[in-house]
This record gives sequence, structure tokens and C-alpha cells, in this order.
Amino acid sequence: MIQVDAQKKLGSFDLAITFESDGGIVALFGPSGSGKSVTIALIAGLTRPDSGRIALDGRPLVDTAAGVFVPAHARRIGLVFQDAQLFPHLSVRHNLMFGRWFTPRAERRIAFDPVVETLGIGHLLDRRPGRLSGGEKQRVAIGRALVSSPRLLLMDEPLAALDAERKQEILPLIERLRDEFRIPIVYVSHAVEEVARLAARVVVLAGGRVVASGPVEDVFGESIAQAGESRFRRASFVTARVDHYDAAWGLTALSHPSGTIWLAGPAGPPGRDCRVVVRATDVTLATARPTGLSVRTVLDGTVGRIETSDGPLATVTVDLAGHGHVLASATRKALDELGLAPGLPVVALIKTVALDEQSVAVAPP
Amino acid sequence: MMDLSPEELTAVHLSLRIAVVATLASLPLGVLVAYGLARWRFPGKVLIDGLVHLPLVLPPVVTGYVLLLLFGRRGPIGAFLAETFGIVFSFRWTGAALACAVMGFPLMVRAIRLSIEAIDRRLEDAAGTLGANRGWTFALVTLPLALPGLMVGSILCFAKALGEFGATITFVSNIPGETQTISAAIYTLTQSPTGDAGALRLTLVSIVIALVALVLSEVVQRLANRKLAQFE
Repeated sequence: MIQVDAQKKLGSFDLAITFESDGGIVALFGPSGSGKSVTIALIAGLTRPDSGRIALDGRPLVDTAAGVFVPAHARRIGLVFQDAQLFPHLSVRHNLMFGRWFTPRAERRIAFDPVVETLGIGHLLDRRPGRLSGGEKQRVAIGRALVSSPRLLLMDEPLAALDAERKQEILPLIERLRDEFRIPIVYVSHAVEEVARLAARVVVLAGGRVVASGPVEDVFGESIAQAGESRFRRASFVTARVDHYDAAWGLTALSHPSGTIWLAGPAGPPGRDCRVVVRATDVTLATARPTGLSVRTVLDGTVGRIETSDGPLATVTVDLAGHGHVLASATRKALDELGLAPGLPVVALIKTVALDEQSVAVAPP
Repeated sequence: MMDLSPEELTAVHLSLRIAVVATLASLPLGVLVAYGLARWRFPGKVLIDGLVHLPLVLPPVVTGYVLLLLFGRRGPIGAFLAETFGIVFSFRWTGAALACAVMGFPLMVRAIRLSIEAIDRRLEDAAGTLGANRGWTFALVTLPLALPGLMVGSILCFAKALGEFGATITFVSNIPGETQTISAAIYTLTQSPTGDAGALRLTLVSIVIALVALVLSEVVQRLANRKLAQFE
């Protein structure tokens, strides 16, 4: 359980944040310059707040009122940097063992071998970091933090420097850390998909303030619109249950009260809940169930909110039958011609090709 | 012709001993000062920085005279050291080593400081979050990564110490067998009508030592670069 309530001024930047999290992965989400990295530095103990209190499992790490400051090396909080920051003069093995030397014997909860195995870095142990690829470096960096058996793991945009393929390699590993090693994680990112896939809760930062926080499903959609991001970054989340995998076509069917959601590729085992990220630009609206279309996913709902601006575009919130909602981007002209207004029935069409395993987060068992 | 006289041989020995002692003795302080200047923020940092670099810009004779005032038998520091620890600098080879160390110190600090500043601070942060306190972080991360700088700094200091003349002769004079280094010996020989051959011999020795030092530093530099190439 991490509780953060801290203020810090850095030049003209003014940070004042309050949030807490109880286990699992909490995501710090926001554009660059919103204060994510400073928050991480405050929790790690690399920076002192001007005022405030940060506590882990009830024990204060810093409390300016009480004059408490636990230095970074005594906090036992792991940190994974965006660019790995492996020790260049040490072999991979010694990088991994570094934190272990400083971990009291009784607190060595996480063993070396399972970490090496989970991360698939056994063949790299005798190499120098300089000879590793970006993805390998990042896996070693995650391993290095884990082997020190941290009470909390901070990950500062760990995938931002990697290409899409490497990301796909490492994302499932982070899910396994969450589920197998049971480490609470604070995960910093500005990528919606990563946050949706990994985190249970999200804290949205903008300009050094918390602008929204809560379960990912509740927070997203609106807050992304608030943050003034482009329409391509707007997305919503639908929680559905894995029904079956159609191996012949390579498609997974997810059941939702409003209809069947099809996605390309396999997801989790049947019966497991998962969260699907749906970008607003991938949703088409219709007033009746269409025929003769290639779209497989057709969801029933009613028009909720319609947000318009001076521009040609609008964002429609469709309340799905049963539970949840999706955001749809459309032109104001189209909405006008269809006569869509809040309260009217509507169907939301989602192209299956827009949804694949990248956009799905399977809940832990 | 190349047979060195006993006096000349003594001067060579003495020069080497003074340069080695000056370098090794100033290395720990050099690392500390370089680290402080590179990593810490404290009041008076500019002053310390200036003080360290002063011997580089002052006339060597002035530096020698200041040393004489401070570390001479009647000087405040010299008197204290002589009475408390029995350490005497004035007119001893130890004084020559002190003068050489002071003259070489800015070069040494500069090289080490540059190499420490080139180390990504976040590597030290990473060590901290892994449980290493400042001392361990310094020993396990900062120092090994700054090693090439330490070597370069030491070689520069050694070279400066070998060539030192002005500050040494002002501080500890030119006593054969005690403070007469190669440079001082050559100077003395050139003042005498019969000293030409001796001066020439010592000059050749100087050139040989300088060449060996240069080759050595080149080898060290290459080794360090190869080591660094492994890192990248």
C-alpha cells in the first residue's frame, strides 16, 4: 500500500500530488512534463519533497512534518529506468546480483533463478550490458530490480524506448511479475494500451496535478478527452468474458451483454474476464443493424453524451446494453444526418482488425 | 660518455622517487576533490575550484615561495607538523615531493573530474535504489567507471612532477642528494664551465624517461579505450 501526498517546486514547475494504491499495478498516466518522473523520484527517495508525506505499508518514507526522510538505499524500492541504466562495467550476472548483496538475508523473498527463467535471460548472464539489444537490456534491468526483492517496484516508462515487437515481448513479462511475484508496481506511461493492459487503477497527471484517479474503466475516456489529446489517442475500455477461440479463423469471441466482440488472435482462456481497449476512431455508429458489411462486432446501446467542439468532429459516448460504454469519433455532419441524440438507440460497429491481443488485458486468475 | 656520475645517478633516482611519491600521495585527495567538484553543491565551491587551479596559473616561483611561507620551519603549518608529527618539509626530498604534488594536482583533479562528470548520475541513482549507500555506490560504480580518468590524471601528475623546477628550487633549494632533481642538476651543470657533458647526459636520460612515460600512457589509454569499447 503506497500513499503519496507531496509537494515540490522545481523552477517554474509546481508539483502537488495525492494518490494511493493498494497492491497490483497502479499507472501514472499523463503527457510528458506532467510530473510523472518527479513523482517516481520522490517515491524512490532520489528527490526530497518540499512538504508532504509518502508512506509504504503504513511506514513513512518521508514525512516533512515529522522530519522523517529514509534515503533511497534504505527504502527497498526497485526502480526500472526507461533506458535500463545497467552498470556497464559489470556482467549481466553481477548486474542482477548487485541489489542482492545489499538485501538482508531474511528479506530475500525473490530468488535469482526464477527471475532469470521468467525473463528468459539465462543465456545472457556472462555478457556485458554493452553487447545486449534494447529489449534484452530492459529485461535485465527489470530482473536487477526484482532480485533485490523490493517492497514496491517503480517502472518509469520501461517500454518507451523499445519498438512495437519488443514491447509485445515484455508486456506479458510484466503481467507475470504482477501475478507470480506479487509485487505492487507503480507503472509510468503515456501509452493508453499499456495502461489498459497492465493496470487496475490509474492516476492521471497533468501540469503537476492529479486530474483523475480510480479504476481504469472509470477514469479513461473522459480524462483522455480532458487532457486535450488528439482524437487518435481517445479510447474506451470494455470488460468482456472470453467465450471461445476459433482456431480455424484465428479469432477470439468475447461475450458482452450488448453483443459478441471479435478480436484477431488468441486472448486468455475461456471464462476469464478481460479488458479491451477500443480507440474512438475505430468505432462506427449506425441506427440499425447493418447487412452486407465486413464488420463482425455489432454492439447494442444508447447514445449517452455527445461532445462537440467548433471543429468538424464530435465524440459520442455509447452506453452499451448491460454495462460499460465505448467512445466513438464521428463528424458532426454524420450525427446530424443520422439524427442521433442522447437517449436514442444506436449500434456501435468495431472492425475486428482494430482489436488484437495488443489491445486486450486479461485479468489475473 | 653515457656513464652517469654518482651524483647524476642520485639525481635520477631522486627525481623518480619524488615524482612517484608526489603522484601516489596526492591521488586519494585528488579523487576526493574531483568527486566533490563534480557531484556536490556547497558554498565556496568556486573558491575551492580556484584554489586547486591556482598553481596552474601562478608563476611556479610564487607557488614555491608560498609553500616556503606555509610549510617552512617557521611557517604555521610547517611548524605544527614538525612539532606534532616530526614531519619536516623544508630542504628535504619530502618538500620537493610536496611542491611537485601541488604543481601536478590541478592536472590530476581536472582529468578525474572530467571522467566523473561523464558518468550518468542515474547509474548512481540505480545503485542507490538497489540498496547501495553513498560509500558503496562510490566504490562499486563511480570509482570503477572513473578509472581511466584516474590513470590519465596520475600520468599527467607524474609528468608534471618530473619536469617541476621553479616551485621545487624555491621551496627546498638545490641540495645534491636531498633535493637536487634532474632538472635542478642540469641547471647546476649548465652554470659550470665543465658541466656540458653531464648536462647532456641528464638531458638524454630525461628524454628517455619522458618517452617511456608517453608510451606507457598511450598503452594505458588504449587499454582503457578497449575496456570502454566493451561497455558500449
